[in-house]
Amino acid sequence: MITKPAREGSPWRGLWAVVAKEMADHLTSVRMGILEAIVLLTAAVTLYMALQNLPSGSGEFLFLRLFTISRDPLPAFVGFLGFLVPLIAIALGFDSINGEFNRRTLSRVLAQPIYRDALLLGKFLAGLFTLALVLTAIWLMIIGLGIFRLGVPPTGEEVARGLLFLLATIAYGGIWLGLAMVFSVRFRQPATAALAAISVWLFFTVFWGMLIGLIAQGLARGVAGQIQLEIFLARLSPHTLYVESILAILNPEVRALGPLLILQFLQLQGWGVRAPLPLSQSLLLVWPQLTGLIAGTIVLFAIGYVLFQRQEIRA
Amino acid sequence: MNEIVIETQNLTKRYGEIVAVDGLNLKIRAGEVFGILGPNGSGKTTTILMLLGLTEPTDGWARVLGFDPMRQPLEVKSRVGYLPDQVGFYDELTARENLLYTAKLNGLSRPVAQRRIKDSLERMGLKDVADRRVGTFSRGMRQRLGVAEILLKHPQVIILDEPTLGLDPEAAREFLQIIRALKEEKITVLLSSHLLHQVQAVCDRVGLFSQGKIVLEGTVVELARQVLGGAYRVQLRAVGPDLTQALQKIPGVVNVKALDASVYQVEAQDDMRAEVARVAVQAGAKLLALGLEEPSLDEVYTRYFQDLSPGPSPKEGGEPSPFPHWEGDQRVRSLKG
Repeated sequence: MITKPAREGSPWRGLWAVVAKEMADHLTSVRMGILEAIVLLTAAVTLYMALQNLPSGSGEFLFLRLFTISRDPLPAFVGFLGFLVPLIAIALGFDSINGEFNRRTLSRVLAQPIYRDALLLGKFLAGLFTLALVLTAIWLMIIGLGIFRLGVPPTGEEVARGLLFLLATIAYGGIWLGLAMVFSVRFRQPATAALAAISVWLFFTVFWGMLIGLIAQGLARGVAGQIQLEIFLARLSPHTLYVESILAILNPEVRALGPLLILQFLQLQGWGVRAPLPLSQSLLLVWPQLTGLIAGTIVLFAIGYVLFQRQEIRA
Repeated sequence: MNEIVIETQNLTKRYGEIVAVDGLNLKIRAGEVFGILGPNGSGKTTTILMLLGLTEPTDGWARVLGFDPMRQPLEVKSRVGYLPDQVGFYDELTARENLLYTAKLNGLSRPVAQRRIKDSLERMGLKDVADRRVGTFSRGMRQRLGVAEILLKHPQVIILDEPTLGLDPEAAREFLQIIRALKEEKITVLLSSHLLHQVQAVCDRVGLFSQGKIVLEGTVVELARQVLGGAYRVQLRAVGPDLTQALQKIPGVVNVKALDASVYQVEAQDDMRAEVARVAVQAGAKLLALGLEEPSLDEVYTRYFQDLSPGPSPKEGGEPSPFPHWEGDQRVRSLKG
């Protein structure tokens, strides 16, 4: 057996060429245009609703409420983001590698003096940057319209919390982008990859919540154990992690995270003291959730990386 | 003597049970046009991918321009131009944009890239369509764009995998012109193809692949001598007595076939037209026509694989072969040895 010698040359050679090309593709594609229009529309409608329903006189954290205030039947902007972000991320990633295969460009591109590492990371970063660009633009738009309508600038803490919220949203998108890219390496058909990614997303946003109740009931003993298991299982879903982290970031009053029912119960009992936490404490509260989201993104990218390195180039 | 540009030693690639390339030893010298032939699944593309470091060999090693494709793939790939079979481009980008991306991946600075792109598009006759989307290109145009992309790199070695597949005869002929032009520039070309007369037309040497091995290697004349016996064929048309016996006696004649009452085919190791004519006239026949047929690769190929296919499989042990049609392994070895 031959020993595997180290390869020479930087694995990141050509990375920025790939990033630039992929970003240009994303930003000019019809697909992204449609998604941007949807996000923009969502932002406009929810912002309008929020401005209409802003409680008068409540001076504190007015800007954060722009993201969270909802009026039936529409959910708040953050509620929309919870399912729009995965959709955008999946749309950005589901055909990244198998698309190159099907267009027969992969072997041609890899015959250039770059490693596969640069191609995969370049595509991932391009997706993430595109997502960040869209979200940042909308974030700025909401803040800007908020200043315009409210007539006051946001406080430093509001800006900081807003930025954290943006970061959490991008990390949440990163998970779905990573997942979509894993499937785009694994499946040759982009449609299969897209469907697989959407199935996982549906599973976690719709069915997981129902399943964990059943699982916890079956496995755990006692009410306390059941609730603990439920919290644990729920946090396996990136959706839960995201909802929990933005809940605490955008609502400084939130002092504990867990299943909604318990929180509501505690609040009814008078636990939910309406005194806002300082930013550092809120950050501490969501630290596990935030790192969980980022770690998930990295793990999924690593899986895609290993799969891609082992893949045969020939069709 | 020219230096060796591509060398492989016992290069082997296995996919599980299937052996795609089996202990390949190959030497290609600078400035040579080397053709690799063989049926589908005989390991041609796998060999090429290993030379570029795009696939890891299971065993053995390769050197391209003195670099190890496994350890120094970037060095290899920046000096070698590769045109894959059925080359694809980004349809939504223009020809120029596609090449610009390649240039960037090669680390060329923008002014250098733009100058080289202009030159190579011009050279491939794509100047007028440089700013058209590749989606509108015909197959021949894409293929030429593929070569333009290779030229952009100013490569020392060019590897072409089935470049004329699916081209119309005119486009294929143009493509061969391109390969000849590359040869003039002293670029080493490795060409894989099924189209034998094209390989014959441009290649200095040929390697015949079968089941992951090179079973025959050399110039077309050498191959013809090995496979067909006689490398030269004299066609004789003469009315009169039967000449088969008389022709057979000429020293250097390998085989005589009477194709018709008056048409003979003489296989010889040399150009024997003069002797054949003399013998025919001496035997009292009326000589009507005499011609020399150059050995054709087509015939070598057909004959070689015909010889392999008939008869029951000599393979023992009953392991399933991935290429049931080519189970003439034993005979390959005997022919080679």
